[in-house]
Amino acid sequence: MEDWKRSRALFAAVATAPLTWLTLFFIIPMGVIWLYSFGTNAGLTEIEISGTLANYKKALEPLYLGIFAKSLVVAGITTAICLVVGFPVALAIVFASDKWKPWLLLGIMLPFWTNLLIRTYALMAVLRTEGYANQAIGWLHDRFGGLLTLVGLPAPGAYEPLHLLYNNFAVVLGLVYVHLPFMVLPLYAALDRLDRSLIEASLDLGAGHLRTLLLIVAPLAAPGIISGIIITFVPALGAYLTPDLLGGTDSQMIANVIERQFKRANNWPFGAALSFLLMYATFIAIAIQALKAKQAEKRR
Amino acid sequence: MKLLGKRAPVAPLEYTRRWSMRIWVGLVLLFLYTPLITLVAFSFNDSRRNIVWRGFTTKYYEKALHNSSLMEALTNSITIAALATVVSVVLGALAAVLLWRFRFPTKAGWEGAMALPIVVPEICMGVAMLAFFARLDLPQDLPWPFDLSQITIAHITFCFPFVAMVVRSRLASFNREEEEAAKDLGASEWQAFRDVLLPHMKPGLIAGALLAFTLSLDDFVITFFTSGPNTVTFPVKVYSMVRFSVTPEVNAASALVIALTVLLTTIALKLQSRMGTIAQGH
Repeated sequence: MEDWKRSRALFAAVATAPLTWLTLFFIIPMGVIWLYSFGTNAGLTEIEISGTLANYKKALEPLYLGIFAKSLVVAGITTAICLVVGFPVALAIVFASDKWKPWLLLGIMLPFWTNLLIRTYALMAVLRTEGYANQAIGWLHDRFGGLLTLVGLPAPGAYEPLHLLYNNFAVVLGLVYVHLPFMVLPLYAALDRLDRSLIEASLDLGAGHLRTLLLIVAPLAAPGIISGIIITFVPALGAYLTPDLLGGTDSQMIANVIERQFKRANNWPFGAALSFLLMYATFIAIAIQALKAKQAEKRR
Repeated sequence: MKLLGKRAPVAPLEYTRRWSMRIWVGLVLLFLYTPLITLVAFSFNDSRRNIVWRGFTTKYYEKALHNSSLMEALTNSITIAALATVVSVVLGALAAVLLWRFRFPTKAGWEGAMALPIVVPEICMGVAMLAFFARLDLPQDLPWPFDLSQITIAHITFCFPFVAMVVRSRLASFNREEEEAAKDLGASEWQAFRDVLLPHMKPGLIAGALLAFTLSLDDFVITFFTSGPNTVTFPVKVYSMVRFSVTPEVNAASALVIALTVLLTTIALKLQSRMGTIAQGH
């Protein structure tokens, strides 16, 4: 690394464009929103920055606090499911043969590269009342429902389609569907770097697979597990599209409320305050990750 | 029937050869792919209601391809993605070189600021862009493609830090002595950059470009806040179409985009493996 003073012209040539762009089109817009969060609506399009804290006070009302809590819970459940489902997959990829490994990785990554909206839409087509999931269950129901009489149970009536879409279940399922690769890939990266002889040693010394997993693999791969959790949790917390398309009226998450303030409700200052609260929550999550990663580093 | 044949016994670490693990991975892949595969399969189904198979047809592809507003949206998306990729690669490469090479005051702050567009929730960045452009009050009725500039600017802003990240990790493996040797042998600053540093950065630049292109093509939320009634991108258009109904036309259009994704991913992997062999050859 060299000091910028040694070659000022070169430094200027390299630094000017990216730093200007970042300032102009990222820092300033964020600043505008930050200022708006302390403002009040004055007229239809005018926002007066009065330094009021009323927007933040409103965000702390039970209604919005409840939506915030719900978003945290939904993102937490999503992350937990992704971890439980994704961990064995990452483990399987790590120990797969050289022939299979790239294909399995591709298998996980391809949906990740596919357009988010298309994936959500595909899930809608599967889950809706006349969708493929209901078709399949209905078919099984009609075919094999009669078998229940053989074991002494009453025969079931006509098939009632399940309501799989437009509820909280669909939101969590959709979020897991979208974010699973986010969890598997960092887990894979962490597990792949693991010293296998340690796992072998644990197994040789008589620990079972589950015990080895919990006491040897999990602590060693802790930084990767934590980053997988954060990489999944942060976008799930700020998810807009999934709750919007798959959720019902009661499955609104914080991003949907922010969108409404900016589009339909036209209360920009309040929306700005909410989006800054969401941002702070994100920063706290990332700070925790950085802290944990540092601790894990120290323990080595 | 090789799978069932007698082979070496399963070693303790061969998790992939355990049936329980295979079934688990299989189920996960089934979960990931069933929606996409049914979507593609039923885009060929000759039925408006799109539930029961009524024979093979490509008429919905024809319909989708003749749907001028859908095609306009797709053209917009690809134009924006191409522009955003070019600018992002230049800005990202400069940012990477800046952070890799120089020590300067306030560097830590800039480094943090550069990571922000990656971690900030999309919705926050979307509303910030909306407020910013509303404040600027730019003229709305510019001719194509200038009317796409707001979306393109927003896309560049969230794409170039990703490019910078990828290029910087590539730069970490660069041996500064190579550059010094070039300069000792009489190369100018520019020549050393062009003939020594740039070739080393190339895989990073290509990976960054592909990443930027996909991110831009994929983005819905930020575009949703920066697009106007006349500047609709493909995801925004699909959003307005699927908001209330599932139609075979949208299935067909989505299948086309999935095909495009598979194609791009294949190209990326081919390039990567070729560059891998080149790197090994050196």
